[in-house]
Amino acid sequence: MIYVIVLLLGTCFGIILTNGEVISWFRIQEMFHFDSFHMYGVIGSAIAVGALSMLILRKLHARSLKGDPIVVESKQLGKGTVFGGVLFGVGWALTGACPGPLYALVGNGYGAFLLALLSAIGGALVYGLVRDKLPH
Amino acid sequence: MDLFSSFWPWYVTGPLIGLFVPVIYLLLNKHFGISSTFRDICAAALRPSAPYFKYNWKANSWRLVFVAGIVIGGFLSRATLGTPATGQISEHTLSVLSSQGVRDFTRLIPGDLFSLGSVLTLRGFVLIVVGGFLVGFGTRYADGCTSGHTIHGISNFQRASIVATVCFFLGGLLSTYVLLPLILSL
Repeated sequence: MIYVIVLLLGTCFGIILTNGEVISWFRIQEMFHFDSFHMYGVIGSAIAVGALSMLILRKLHARSLKGDPIVVESKQLGKGTVFGGVLFGVGWALTGACPGPLYALVGNGYGAFLLALLSAIGGALVYGLVRDKLPH
Repeated sequence: MDLFSSFWPWYVTGPLIGLFVPVIYLLLNKHFGISSTFRDICAAALRPSAPYFKYNWKANSWRLVFVAGIVIGGFLSRATLGTPATGQISEHTLSVLSSQGVRDFTRLIPGDLFSLGSVLTLRGFVLIVVGGFLVGFGTRYADGCTSGHTIHGISNFQRASIVATVCFFLGGLLSTYVLLPLILSL
């Protein structure tokens, strides 16, 4: 049952990314040229709603569907955050797509992005193989 | 059906994306991130022997179900939007791209750069294959992407996520102002 709900949520996410033009290569270029508020508005208001919702959940001591207290996993800050972050940023502006839009573009029928997605999976594979040799 | 046959303004799209943060926590009590699925797919399909891939990916199989949904959602949007034209993109961006050699401004994606045929050109190969590789490698190295770090991480006031997002932007600016003009001239 939970999988059906998650599949529907993912479907909504794909629709939102497409109808919101988040998958548009031109919108990403425009963002990096500081020529439009569109993407800043999308990302900024998403963070505002996300942060406000989490503050409310914390205030209410909300519990998850299973009944356990909500636990926020903490992300480790390290050299990888910087090096990996910059490498991803370079790829983001080239493909015009971060991971979510890669999947949505495949659904939109852009065949070239199936190759980009496979290459991204290949990138994760190579990272996993050389991980020990990289500064973190 | 007007809602699904047109593009949405940022103040509709952004808040809807933000709502996924509390919804995923309430439903699954998990930190949400899409780039983790690249690792999941490697672990599930390729079973590499590296320790990075020795973990219980099945415990997070909901993530794979979610991204399968994203593909379906993209397909449905394409059906309701028709073949969407490029939206209201800034004139300045369009003229810069045009001067750098982009020719197709008719859709969300420039077809002259991103088609299955263009991957055989050096320019297309760099944009599609190298670009895609960096997205996968970089997000795993940084332990998150725009969803896991920028939206969900910053929403939870994670310092690492703020640093990561600044770095995403620095990399993007490096691409836009230095690399992309070179690549487009190939």
